[in-house]
This record gives sequence, C-alpha cells and structure tokens, in this order.
Amino acid sequence: MIDIAVRQQELQQLVEDLLQEARRQGASDAEAAVSRDAGLSVSVRLGEIETIEHTRDNGLGVTVYFGQRKGSASTSDLSPQAIKETVKAACNFARYTSEDPCSGLADEGLMARDLPDLDLYHPWGVSVEEAIEQAIRCETAARDRDPRIINSEGASLSTHDGLQVYGNTHGFIGGYPSSRHSLSCSVVAREDDSMQRDYWYTLSRRGEQLQSAEAVGREAAQRTLARLKARRLSTRQAPVLFQADVAVGLLRSFIGAIRGSALYRKASFLLDHQGKPVFPEFVEIHEEPLLRGGLASAAYDSEGVATRRQCFIQDGILQGYVLDSYAARKLGLQTTGNAGGVRNLRINSGKLDHAGLLKTLDSGLLVTELMGQGVNMVTGDYSRGAAGFWVENGEIQYPVEEITIAGNLRDMFLGLREIGTDVESRTSVQTGSWLIERMMIAGE
Amino acid sequence: MSDLIQIAQQNILTSVGLMERDLDRMLGELTGQGVDAADIYFQTSRLESWVLEDGIIKEGSHNIEQGAGIRVISGEKTGFAYSDELQLPVLTEAARAARAIARGGAEQKVKVSGSPAPRQLYEPINPLPSLSEVDKIDLLQRVDAEARRQDPRVKQVIVSLVGVQDIVLVADIDGRLSADVRPLVRMNVHVIAEQGGRREQGTSGGGAREDFNYFSREERGLGYAREAVRQALVNLDAVEAPAGTMPVVLGPGWPGVLLHEAVGHGLEGDFNRKGTSAFSGRMGEKVAAECVTVVDDGTLPGRRGSLNIDDEGTPSQYTVLIENGVLKRYMQDRLNARLMKVDSTGNGRRESYAHLPMPRMTNTYMLAGQHKPEEIIASVDRGLYAVNFGGGQVDITSGRFVFSASEAYLIEKGKITRPVKGATLIGNGPEAMNRISMVGDDLKLDAGVGVCGKEGQSVPVGVGQPTLKLDGMTVGGTEQ
Repeated sequence: MIDIAVRQQELQQLVEDLLQEARRQGASDAEAAVSRDAGLSVSVRLGEIETIEHTRDNGLGVTVYFGQRKGSASTSDLSPQAIKETVKAACNFARYTSEDPCSGLADEGLMARDLPDLDLYHPWGVSVEEAIEQAIRCETAARDRDPRIINSEGASLSTHDGLQVYGNTHGFIGGYPSSRHSLSCSVVAREDDSMQRDYWYTLSRRGEQLQSAEAVGREAAQRTLARLKARRLSTRQAPVLFQADVAVGLLRSFIGAIRGSALYRKASFLLDHQGKPVFPEFVEIHEEPLLRGGLASAAYDSEGVATRRQCFIQDGILQGYVLDSYAARKLGLQTTGNAGGVRNLRINSGKLDHAGLLKTLDSGLLVTELMGQGVNMVTGDYSRGAAGFWVENGEIQYPVEEITIAGNLRDMFLGLREIGTDVESRTSVQTGSWLIERMMIAGE
Repeated sequence: MSDLIQIAQQNILTSVGLMERDLDRMLGELTGQGVDAADIYFQTSRLESWVLEDGIIKEGSHNIEQGAGIRVISGEKTGFAYSDELQLPVLTEAARAARAIARGGAEQKVKVSGSPAPRQLYEPINPLPSLSEVDKIDLLQRVDAEARRQDPRVKQVIVSLVGVQDIVLVADIDGRLSADVRPLVRMNVHVIAEQGGRREQGTSGGGAREDFNYFSREERGLGYAREAVRQALVNLDAVEAPAGTMPVVLGPGWPGVLLHEAVGHGLEGDFNRKGTSAFSGRMGEKVAAECVTVVDDGTLPGRRGSLNIDDEGTPSQYTVLIENGVLKRYMQDRLNARLMKVDSTGNGRRESYAHLPMPRMTNTYMLAGQHKPEEIIASVDRGLYAVNFGGGQVDITSGRFVFSASEAYLIEKGKITRPVKGATLIGNGPEAMNRISMVGDDLKLDAGVGVCGKEGQSVPVGVGQPTLKLDGMTVGGTEQ
C-alpha cells in the first residue's frame, strides 16, 4: 500500500484545484468532494470459486454557487481536463437554476475545527487465495451443518479501502481513509415440499474483528433450517416482536420522519412533533458521530459542519430534527450537522435479552424478515410482508411466512413496550429487538 | 447499423487514443487454455437532472461516467476487473487481474470485427441537448403550474427531469464487436395534498428511449401532473384497507409489477442453473393458469426496458416465458446459457462497466385475454381493486413475493365502492399464477418508470398486463 497520507495529500490538492477552478470560472462559493475506493471481492459456491472481482472506484463532485443559485456536476474521471469540464458543467447549471434564499454553503462559524483520528482505517491485506479459503470454510460450515442444506448461493468475502476528502471555499478541508470488510453466506434448505434460503453476514472496519468464517456459515445454515415448513397464520391482531436486525428499519423510519427535507416538504408523519411524545417515556435515542471505529463515524458532515453527540429522543419526547443547512434555513433553524444523514444512531436498551423478550411477548409474532417498501412517510401508514415465528407461552412454536403486518408508525412507536439487549451491531443504526404492543397480521 | 460501432468508437476509444489493434491485443491477453469466454465492456454515460420544488428550479446537475470492465470466464468461474481510467497500461493490468481466474495456456490472436445490430429500436441520439436549458425549465414550470391548477388542496409539487445517454462497446475473444447508443429520458411528478389536517401524496411519471420532446408531445408532462394530483386526492378520501385473503383485481399497465416479482425473477437463468428458484426444474410443466401467457420483450421500439443489443452484444428478443400456463423458457445471459446448454435470450444486462452482467428482464408483460374489465370487476362479491403500485420484492427460493398498492378500492357486490389506503399484497409466485382466473382484453404497458434491482445492480425495465383477477391473495390492511 502506498503511504495513505501521500494519497490523501493528492486528493486534498485535487479538491483545492477544484475550488480554485470554480472561483476562476466566476463562482462566489463552491464545495467539492473526491473519493477513491479499492477493493477485492471473491465469491465461492459449492466449494468452487465463482467470481473474483477487483474493484476500483473514483468519484468527484462539485457544487458551485453564484450568489444563491447553484449547480452541481460529478464524474468518475479525476484527470485535470475532467476537473475543468466538470466545474464548467456545474457553472452552466447555476446560470439556469433559480435564486433560492436558503441555498449556499453552511455557515462559516459552524465548520469543524478539530479533525480527530477516529480510527476508521484498518486495511486487511488479505490475499485472493486467503479470501477464497475463508469463503470456502464459511460455506462448508453451512453445508455440513445438516443434510437438509441441499444447495447454496455461496459465500463471499469482500474488503474495501477508501479515501475521501471534502473542502469548501470557507477554507474548510478535511479527509480521512477508512476500511470495511465483510463475509457473508447464503444457503438453501429443503424438507419435503418446502424450500427456503436465508443468509448471515459479518461486517467490520477491522478484518480480525469479523466473526469467524465457521460461525457465519453455521448461523446462515441455522437461520435457513429454522424457516423450513413455515406455515401461514389466520388474520388476527397480536403483539409483535421485531428482531434486532429488522427493528433497525423501524428506527431508520423514525429518522426519515424527522429529517429536515421531509419536514419542510410537509412530507412527514412527525411534522410539528418537536417537544411532543413520540415514544414511551423510557426511550432515549441519540447519535454518536465521534465514536472511535464506528461504522458511520465522522468529525464533520458532508458540508464540513462539526458533528456532535446529540439526543433526538429524551424521555420519549422529540428533542429536535435531523438537519442540513438547507433544510435548517427552510425551517428557520440551525443545521444539526446532519448533512449526509445520522452517524451511529443508538437507542437505549432495556434489561431483557432475546429469551426475556419472548417471555414478555408470551403469545405473538416474532418477525425476522420484512419484505417490500410499504411504508408511507407522509401518513406513517405501515404495511409490509413478513416472515418469522409464532410464539406461545414465551416459546417459539413454528415458522410462519406469507403474512403481512400493518399499523401506523406513530401508534407503533408509542406502542413500543420493550427494547432488548440483543443489539444489532453490524449497522450504523443500532438497536436491540422491539416489542410492539399490537399490530394487524393478515394471512389466510 | 455499423454506425453505432463508429459512434461508440469515436466517443469512447478515439478520445483516449485507443485503437482497434489495442483491443485485439488486450483480448489476445485474455485468451488461453481454460478460458471459455472473455469480453471487454467499454461505456461512457452522461446524465443530466433537474429538480423543481416550491415553484423554483432548485437543482441542476450533470454526471459523466466512463470506464471499462474486463471479464474472463472459465467454466463456472468469473474473473472481473474494471477501471475508470481508459489507458492502455491500466486496462492491461485490469485484464491480467481478470485473467488470473484461469491459469496457464498460450495466448491466441484475436481480431475484432463489427457485427451490426439487427434492428434499431431507438435513435442513436444524445437526449441532453434536445431541449435548450430555457425550454427544459419552461417544461418543468408548466408541469408544476398544471399540478397546482388542478385543485387548491395541492400544497407541494416536486417535478424532476432526467436524461441519460449511454454508449456501450462490447468486444469479446471470439472477435465480436458490438455497440449500442441508448438514450433514456424520464420525468416524475410528486404532489402532496392537504385537507382538514390530513396529508396524502400522489406520484406519476413516465419516460422512454427518446429525447426530452417526448414530454411535450401528447401533453405527457401535463398528464403526469394531473395524474399525480388525482391520486393524492383519491387518497385523501381513502379508508383503512381490509386485512386478509380475498379476490384481487389488478388494473392494466403498471400493476404488471406482479409478473415481474411473482414469475419474472424466478425465471432468470442464473437461479435456475443453480436450482435455487421456486421454478427450477419445472420446464415444460404447468406453472400458471391456462389463461396466462407471459413474455419478456426487449424489442419494443422506444420503450424504457428495450435494448438493440444486451450488454454482452446479443440482440434483444421476444421470449415467451409462459405459454397458456406452461413454462417455456428462462431468460439467459451467455454464461448461464452456455452452462445450461441453451442460447442466450439477449437478457445479459449490467448496471455499468463496474458490474458483472447477469440475466435480467427487459419489458415483461402478460398477453391480453378475453374478458372485458367491467365483467371482471362485476364477478367479485367482496375484494380489492388495485390500480397503482409502489415497488415489489421476491424471495426467489420460496417464491414469496410482495408488492405495495398505492391506489386501491374496495369491490363490493361487483361494484367499485370506496378508495382504501395503500397496503402490501403478499403471495407465492407459482400459487398466485395458478389463481389467475380472468384476464382482460385491455393489455397496457407501463408509462416507462420501472427500475429493477438485483444483487445491488439497478437497470431500467418495463412491465405490463391487462386487467386480471386473482381468486385469492393476502391483503395487508388493518381492518379485519
């Protein structure tokens, strides 16, 4: 690996050049981002190599402002010629877009000053041969688990290192390298007429922190086997336990509903909810962007604004919104350093582990998979395909599939009864399982 | 149509100083013992997008991507590398990385020669300059005004306009050189209407492999505005959707998303080669009701899902997948076709040079039947009539699929009565296909907005169907 600091310097220079070129072409302000990513991805199937992919992605984007009119352009070509042309294209758009009083860079005083090393870069250096060997061990562990595992969609290992730099004409420039590695496995099981597949994966910024290949394979097999002979349910109302990895989606919907762009468009079911209860009193939701080694950590947002630990829900009450500078100006507020989204979102866990949650659920539906996009962010109406397990007396009875669950997110949030200690840690939005009081299940 | 090859060579190779003999040499490096197939896919793509919101032109942006993907296949193994730097040393390095999948063997000489596309389904144009910037803005503003003019309850209008020119050049070690120049335009209108504190949304849009004038002709852009408003207003009056299994009548056109999910993906060659699809091993068997004939047709002029050639250089085709209920054919790319000992059906598609091709749908639709739509609705005592949908999803292996209605009505005693809120419909592909009991005579294709995602790759597609009735399907509402 060529010294990463040298590469970062090169990209910073590129950003400086872009900003200078924008000024030269008449822009009053500009911001630019450049990224480079290199990776290796191997997949095996039935013990044999299926694909070996070498990836290499470049990206460059620039936004220029002529007063309060803006234009943007991007390219995968980082050559000096491309820089000129990309800036020119962006400037051309700015001649035709409208004056927008809310448009412009984020306020200068909010730019991040400290750029601490957040420990995001741990190149793995795994060779193609080692990667194949790990993937094969992973898939083998899954296939050897049980004779009902009759087929496989394979196992994949991928490793990526990236570098990104952002700068703007306030004089802000920042950049950092990061790494991301993962191993996944998906197998197919059959018993009588029932054929099912499921998968498992592990993901980390450090190769050595991935779950072992065997553990990933075994988990994939276990999850697939557990689905066999799934039944349907009759249509009914019941309490629903969302397993942690699917509860993540509910938490993302909450964030989507308090995002500035949804609010100023009046396209959110949580419009005007600041200061009001959105969850029961025991719930706290906060963001930790400066977490060392976190999957979404960054010291500045995609406008250069300093990020900070902040609380969105305290005692169940909505404390504030997720804002970038544009949405903030539209709403007469100040940016919360969330251009580009939230970074490392956490919800507080209760005291119950997965088994404890099942006990508390007593009789109801454990959801382990959701299908489709049936979430209406304007109304909060929620209707999605689901699969999982029917639970009675706190014990899993049998797998279920081909059912839907429906409700309204506002009621579901307020109906949240427990959050488990079984936290999903492979995503930047982290939560334990959610037990929700009551939903409509549609089936036979 | 070798002028397509000329256009592609000029736009991609000439501008970076690559010659045909450089192609020959690179392809030569990809040959050797153990190599069954190999190709280089060059692409340059220009995209422009405009967004109008709050009555002003808020955003305009431009994107240029170019690069080459190099693929070497040995048996079931694929080596792949790509680069966005179109320079000989970089490409040669990528070629070696891809070639490492099959070891040993002496290189052979390759000489490429152009093979013309058999037909031209769209003009080889660049749609981006087809309207001046001033005219594009005027178009957006007229659409915005049309939406707001419909009803005072319309509170928010967002109109977006996107144009793409995609130029591809595929060269393989058999010496085949093919090219395509693919224009694509799309417009979308999203509105929010408000009434007594209740807010609802409506969306509409369309597109084609044409230039931007497409939206001015036949008042299409204005039509999207009216349609988006109509949907939002209908939803303002919608009551809770029913929950449970009931007869479902699907309207013509876009509800064809049903076919895309319930059978389309399950009939893609890769899943069937691997035996992981609910339709695997069922060739020649009855997999749907007799009234069902489903085709994948990449040859419709100007349609969003159409292609002169697929991304492996194979001409697109009209492929009958299911005929009168009997499974006839899978959709194939070259890799899966070779391994299953059939011919490619021209369904080898990729999102870009940075992605590997796989079997993908083009325009997938059901042929018309005998029944009048009114007759179909009249046959239902209590059920759902769904006419607009958001997206869908399928689990290939179990066959379970969902799609989410965004505009639906109750049918009571053979009559459409009240609008109901959006709800997800869930079923099992092979079962659902057998429960189709009536097919209308009103085949319609969608307006040109479909995007299909598979293994992280998005490609434009089309869907279509006549009005049809499923005897039982699970509707995910909240009213028991």
